[in-house]
Amino acid sequence: MVSREDYGSFETAWCPGCGNFALLESLKTALAEAGIEPGKLLMVSGIGQAAKIPQYLRCNMFNGLHGRALPVATGAKLANHELTVIAESGDGCMYSEGGNHLSHAIRRNIDITCIVHDNQVYGLTKGQASPTSEPEFDSGTSPGGSHMEAHHPLALAIALDCGFVARGFAGDMEQLSQLIRDGIKHPGFALIDVLQPCVSFNGINTFKWYKDRVYKLEETDYDSGNRSIAFEKSLEWGGKIPTGVLYRASRNTFESSEPAIAKIPLVKREWNPQNLRSIVDKMK
Amino acid sequence: MSPHLSIKIGGEAGQGIQSVSRLLADMLQDVGLHVFAYQNKESRIRGGHNFVHMAAAVEPAFSARRDLDILICLDAASVSLHSDEVRENGLVLFDPDLVPEGPEGSKYFKLKFAAIAKEKAGSKVMANTVAIGAALAYAGMDFEILSAQLGRFFGSKGEDVVKGNIAAARAGYELAAEYLSHRAKFSFPEKKQETVMLSGAHAIAFGAIASGCSFLSAYPMSPATGIMEYFFAHREDLGLVAVQAEDEIAAINMAIGASYAGVRAMTSTSGGGFSLMVEGLGLAAITETPLVIVEAQRPGPATGLPTRTEQADLLFAIHASQGEFPRAVLTPGTAGQAFAAMSRAFNLAEKYQVPVIVLVDQYITDSIWTQEPFNLDDVTIDRGSLYAGSGDAAEYKRYALAADGISPRAFPGNPNALVYADSDEHDESGRITESAEVRISQVGKRERKFEGLVSEAAQPVLYGPEDYEELVVCWGSVLGAALPALDIYRAGGAKAALLHIEQAWPLTGSAVADAMKKAGRTSCVELNSIGQMARLIRAQTGLEFDRVILKYDGRPFLPEELAEELGKEAH
Repeated sequence: MVSREDYGSFETAWCPGCGNFALLESLKTALAEAGIEPGKLLMVSGIGQAAKIPQYLRCNMFNGLHGRALPVATGAKLANHELTVIAESGDGCMYSEGGNHLSHAIRRNIDITCIVHDNQVYGLTKGQASPTSEPEFDSGTSPGGSHMEAHHPLALAIALDCGFVARGFAGDMEQLSQLIRDGIKHPGFALIDVLQPCVSFNGINTFKWYKDRVYKLEETDYDSGNRSIAFEKSLEWGGKIPTGVLYRASRNTFESSEPAIAKIPLVKREWNPQNLRSIVDKMK
Repeated sequence: MSPHLSIKIGGEAGQGIQSVSRLLADMLQDVGLHVFAYQNKESRIRGGHNFVHMAAAVEPAFSARRDLDILICLDAASVSLHSDEVRENGLVLFDPDLVPEGPEGSKYFKLKFAAIAKEKAGSKVMANTVAIGAALAYAGMDFEILSAQLGRFFGSKGEDVVKGNIAAARAGYELAAEYLSHRAKFSFPEKKQETVMLSGAHAIAFGAIASGCSFLSAYPMSPATGIMEYFFAHREDLGLVAVQAEDEIAAINMAIGASYAGVRAMTSTSGGGFSLMVEGLGLAAITETPLVIVEAQRPGPATGLPTRTEQADLLFAIHASQGEFPRAVLTPGTAGQAFAAMSRAFNLAEKYQVPVIVLVDQYITDSIWTQEPFNLDDVTIDRGSLYAGSGDAAEYKRYALAADGISPRAFPGNPNALVYADSDEHDESGRITESAEVRISQVGKRERKFEGLVSEAAQPVLYGPEDYEELVVCWGSVLGAALPALDIYRAGGAKAALLHIEQAWPLTGSAVADAMKKAGRTSCVELNSIGQMARLIRAQTGLEFDRVILKYDGRPFLPEELAEELGKEAH
């Protein structure tokens, strides 16, 4: 039995009222309910306020570079696919600095759960526009608005046929922990975009702003197995914002096409240089 | 004829220069010669003018030679560009149907490669084999050996292909034998030397795999791509995981992730890709994750000359990244040294938990080399200090302060250790901190590992007489041309020795300084425009070279050219 307490309790460097707290608690619940032991979990993050989350968990962690959580997670998962690997960071880290990695991690379909704290603003650098900021978002780096189309990460993921595409809301921890648990269980890459307020730097997309707009897909007759419908649904924004699983598909994982790790994890491979004897003989 | 056979095969990209030269190299190796073949190519897939510059010799050959014995022309440009390089009594082979206005003279031998192939073997496809037959007749190889070789080379393609090629080779061989029999022959060795032949890129990949490296992530970039391709080719039989990353940033971060999780991991690239990797280099350093990076230099900056060679990334490799941390930079001179450098690189990386850069270049990776069969007994695997503790997993301290700076590693999944790694400054357990005291202690911990790296640094190797009056210093692949250049230089009366630097960092200086102080005159030979090694040695020893001999046209030194430069008084 794994309990939430196994994952420890730490003092954080987050602002009071930050959506990150709900994410941390939801994650612990999901891990406990999924029965994942801390020693068999690897949390990988980038840089940002969201990326500090592994610091507040008692489990293996690699807190890497801004934007680079997914490549580190990919290397670690391929080296030891017996680990549960979660890559978690903010919208700036995953969608801007790490945008290229996200696209290709989805294409590879490596079995990693990617959780993105999406508050539509840069927090740690104090309030600049993020890829998911609205075009009119006014900030020190977007005076009068960014005038750019906001990123649609879920539409991107569906376009790339990501096998598990979901949106959570920090104001609904029950739904969020269920989404995380399902994402971990999904064999392949899972993207969970989590709407959360930034109490310090986003005065528009507040807790109330989200609360007034979100609705749960699981409470409708929505079919998450249809890619075209899912794509359309992923663009729904503004008046109403869907949460829950937008899209599910079954694809072979990247690991399953690697012959070297079909039987045992790479880290357990036994090696002796003499294994190359026959190749040296053939070279002669 | 000289103790080496000097051959150039020129043609357009896509004309089969690679396969002709590989076949020729295979044959020369098989009769017991050492072979070296440099690829001089343009960055294009079809057309242009490329050539392979090959030397075959009884002694190990690490360089082509300027004066040619045989020039095989597959295009008109080869005749006009390279005929002057062919020595008196040498041979220029060309097809008059291809070069109708071709020059006349005793060294030119016109042979209708394509027409003969069509007539004797039924297909123009075997035109190049006609040329090989003629070249080897001129060199004095027995036809039986040639024919047996063709059987082996084309055996997998079926009996008809073998027969056709033998017929084509025989036609070329007999015509050349008839007209060129009066020429001096190359003396083929009586005793067959056992060698292996492969590209430097494959030697590097093979060295890594032998050392237990099981993970490579990389992005294709000339001239390093051959390394990653070798890994992909052997994924299944050798149990490797190879990933073509979306970019070099991903490549280095994936390798770091794999190494953190417990496997020997590497990435390979050229200078442009390494530029993108630099932030990751610092990540490996602060997280103390062992990492091996092969940087195969090409002329820069930016795209530079993509398919050519240079040694201009030395100071960059040594200094790359913000912040301060220990690293090692190995600079092997040949494919064989590069093979050995890989196991050293992994052992150093894991023992000291640092990034190790193996700095090679297009000359090493793209050239074909023969050498003694790799001795797998020489490959040792030292994974460094590993955590063997038990108890509360959360008590494991990944960055425990140690006198030598080396804290035992554990890997995630170890029931006795939770492994925290952080790109932020961190405490002994690996948790983020801004404590001034911890910062000082962790910087000191990392920096102390440098002392160990210094103590294990490969010393420069002296080639030539101990009682030299002049010392010539080089590093990396210039060794190949410098060794014969020094022979020529000494034959002219110079009392000179060569000092080759196989490890550029840490370069503590004493061995280099001692060698330099013994010399009346010192020269540093490099393939770059500012003399980077000369600057590094000055920084480390305070000693200035009397002269630096530099080349930065994207082409390697040839021994004769370098010997002439050495022979000049002033620089």
